[in-house]
Amino acid sequence: MILLTSAPIDYHALTESVRSPASGAVVLFLGTVRELTAGRRTVALDYEGYPQMAEAELAKLESQARSRWPIDRVAIVHRLGRLELGEISVAIAVSSPHRKQAFEAGQFLIDELKVSVPIWKQENWDDGTTEWVHPGNDGTPATESTASNDSTDSTKTTE
Amino acid sequence: MLQVKLFAQARQLAGSTQIELPWSDGQNVSRLKTELGQRCPALVPLIPSLLVAINNVYAANEAEIRCSDEVACFPPVSGG
Repeated sequence: MILLTSAPIDYHALTESVRSPASGAVVLFLGTVRELTAGRRTVALDYEGYPQMAEAELAKLESQARSRWPIDRVAIVHRLGRLELGEISVAIAVSSPHRKQAFEAGQFLIDELKVSVPIWKQENWDDGTTEWVHPGNDGTPATESTASNDSTDSTKTTE
Repeated sequence: MLQVKLFAQARQLAGSTQIELPWSDGQNVSRLKTELGQRCPALVPLIPSLLVAINNVYAANEAEIRCSDEVACFPPVSGG
């Protein structure tokens, strides 16, 4: 299941949707809106997408993942619109017979999502300014420090 | 004429979600970027990193565009 939505993500239902007797492993990744980025404080993030193409790109990523790992089920939901601190911007659930495959496929999906899926976010800093997060277009490298919701850093994001 | 969808910072700089350009079938993506910059100078700083999609698929500079294609231009993505 692949979906872009303006509604809050029900990650419990999403996780349930990939569970099956064929799978001994289910991995869930959540990207959430983080407060601090390089010392600056985020109030909210505004997400914008090109829904038709984004869903097509996500479907391609799912096919690529399925060609590399014996995945049972996949569910990917990305939120659009304004997200407050702590809210979930993206959820990816993967099930497979064994855990290693599920972890690897989940990591692949979130890493590639951030590279190719046409979705953008704009920072709303606590000083009232806004800033598009566009890796590479302003001379800053595409690292975690430029993105305040940081799905590239799952330990920071989800712990 | 060619309808070009704009997203994120490209949309913001142009002040519009869509822009219409004079177009002849067969002109390529490089030409589109040049035309966009001329039509909308505010987009010029973005053009070196601008991505172009034709019918929901990323397109290289050499790719040809027809007026009937769905064309979109946007900066590098930052979802997640």
